[in-house]
Amino acid sequence: MSVSSGIAIDVKGLSKSFGGREVVHDLSMQVRRGSIYGFLGPNGSGKTTTIRILCGLLTPDSGEGTCLGYDILKDAEKIKRQVGYMTQRFSLYQDLSARENLEFVARLYGLADAQGAARDMIKRLGLSGREEQLAGELSGGWKQRLALGACTLPNPQLLLLDEPTAGVDPKARRDFWNEIHALAAEGLTVLVSTHYMDEAERCHEIAYIAYGHLLAHGTVEEVIAKSALTTYTVTGDDLNGLTSELTGKPGVDMVAPFGTSLHVSGRDVAALEASIAPWRRTSGLHWHQSSPSLEDVFIELMGRSRDNFQ
Amino acid sequence: MSAVDRPAPAQGPVPIHAVRERFGFLRRSYAMLIKEFIQLKRDRVSFAMIVMLPVMQLMLFGYAINTTPHHLPSAVLLQEDSDLARSILKALENTAYFRFLYEVHDVDDFDNLLKSGKVLFGVEIPRGFERAVRRGDKPALLVAADATDPVAASAAMGSLGMIVQTALKHDLYIGDPPEMPFEIRAHARYNPAASSSLNIVPGLVGTILTMTMLIFTALSVTREVERGTMESLLSMPIKPVEVMFGKIVPYVLVGFLQAFLIIGIGVGLFGVPVLGNLFLLALLSTLFITTNLSIGYTISTVVQNQLQAMQMSMMFFLPSILLSGFMFPFAGMPTWAQYVGECLPLTHYLRIVRAIMLKGATMQNLRFDTLALAALMLFAMTIAVTRFRRTLD
Ligand SMILES: Nc1ncnc2c1ncn2[C@@H]1O[C@H](COP(=O)(O)OP(=O)(O)O)[C@@H](O)[C@H]1O
Ligand SMILES: [Mg+2]
Repeated sequence: MSVSSGIAIDVKGLSKSFGGREVVHDLSMQVRRGSIYGFLGPNGSGKTTTIRILCGLLTPDSGEGTCLGYDILKDAEKIKRQVGYMTQRFSLYQDLSARENLEFVARLYGLADAQGAARDMIKRLGLSGREEQLAGELSGGWKQRLALGACTLPNPQLLLLDEPTAGVDPKARRDFWNEIHALAAEGLTVLVSTHYMDEAERCHEIAYIAYGHLLAHGTVEEVIAKSALTTYTVTGDDLNGLTSELTGKPGVDMVAPFGTSLHVSGRDVAALEASIAPWRRTSGLHWHQSSPSLEDVFIELMGRSRDNFQ
Repeated sequence: MSAVDRPAPAQGPVPIHAVRERFGFLRRSYAMLIKEFIQLKRDRVSFAMIVMLPVMQLMLFGYAINTTPHHLPSAVLLQEDSDLARSILKALENTAYFRFLYEVHDVDDFDNLLKSGKVLFGVEIPRGFERAVRRGDKPALLVAADATDPVAASAAMGSLGMIVQTALKHDLYIGDPPEMPFEIRAHARYNPAASSSLNIVPGLVGTILTMTMLIFTALSVTREVERGTMESLLSMPIKPVEVMFGKIVPYVLVGFLQAFLIIGIGVGLFGVPVLGNLFLLALLSTLFITTNLSIGYTISTVVQNQLQAMQMSMMFFLPSILLSGFMFPFAGMPTWAQYVGECLPLTHYLRIVRAIMLKGATMQNLRFDTLALAALMLFAMTIAVTRFRRTLD
């Protein structure tokens, strides 16, 4: 293995365009071995494209780097042996049963006992009794478990999971995340893309990407701290009216409703406080300063990136 | 789905299974092959088509289409070199029905030319022919035609008497009123009754195999792309050659089943003989099946979607039907069309299958067509493997 054996993914300056439109721009990232790395960003921000570049399915227009110590440009075949990739869209064979799909993967990777490996995985996934059902007829949660099983079957060192929990109910999502933590505890590195904030909180590190630009990365605390955002939470009557009045005022970078309250945030504390001063004394409105949530940070980042890159 | 039917999350570590590094190529091809087999087994419509198509086609092509031959490749077995013999040959050649490609002096050479299909027509001028004519003995002029292609053969035979008569009158060998100084003894070899089902059945083996084999593989790669399974297949350590073998081999068996059905019906219902070696027929049929599968697979690596795959298959299938000698006698086609025909696997297979079934030809006679098929197969496979896209770019 290479010198950076503590690093599973180490890429610099990745860019990719489709038909003249840059979808990933100068993206650099490092993922430590054994960690769960969350990849967040709105739809169309380039998450899938980046993951495909990492496992050799797309060639970047520029940039370089290693994945598990192998060059992503030259050693795609070696990377494929060690990486399990769970695609965003279900990509197992719908007309093959769960067992047949697993056996297919086991044979492709050269597992000595393909049938035994498939049987063990069915047991581990709790699929017993459903193994002869066609994959296309399984429900969403089961499909997703089967897909995870298929990509962990050949004992990869790195899992690339592309929005694995999209469209899955909360209980299945929680089970899935328990599973991911169990795998990471066994030493696997997991890169998982998502747009659920609560899932971001379960990652060791996160990166936020919008319009192809990687805007922030680090632990959740680091990302929040680095945002240098000051947030006020307001509760009270007629928050809708307040939203429209505050939006666009100097120092107010973001006004976002959260349930029954409103988050008003800005990076320039003095300007923010000057702008909200007239409303702080309004009766019926309760103001208090709070630390920004991850969601506040992302919404603010996205708003800013929209101004910059679109 | 309900939360009730879901078990607790997985327990215990992922079981580790040993990995074998040797024979990777065979193992991965095998994995692909098993998968394709299961998918084929589940696809009932395709399966029904495999059986229905040959039966339907056999019923539809009851009769062949009639056309006049043109420049039939011919040979002459010259056992004496006389002026009369030369006159007859020139007269035959002047009609544009025949083109004499070979002049041989040995009966075995003559037979081999006919058997290998190098010529479809042969004239034998026996020893002492001219002297017998002068004496008024009415000797026999032997004419042999390869009637496995009955349309071409019978038209040529029919015109023979007239041509010879006119020519000899011109050369003053016969007076007026014309009276033939010799007898034309025509011999329709291999298919004496000039029965078209004898010709059609072997031809159908070839066309049906072309059509089904082409379509099955032409859809195979695009189907994976459209269903999204290609993305995960490409992320696994499998090579383009292995994907190709895995996708081709199951259909070799399907092709075999079809060939068996058609020949079975042909022999049982139409009384078509199989004079040659069945093993040779099976072997060369396998080669032909694989060639078509490779071409279909190549189509599937260059098109974008299943509709294009179907259209491109048709683009290949139509010339195959028209220019291979299935619909019209090969010898009657213009030269450019014959060149195109030589590039189509069906042309070569038609010669092979007709020769083996109806003439009892051996490998010796079929070397050229066998090599041509093999060359076309390797050509298609090479394109397919290099065209196969290993990324999603
Ligand atoms: N093969 C492709 N051809 C053209 N455009 C593409 C292709 N793949 C992705 N895109 C475009 O690139 C952008 C980023 O897509 P993607 O990486 O899938 O984003 P995400 O996964 O974050 O939703 C989208 O606007 C998408 O339309
Ligand atoms: Mg995506």
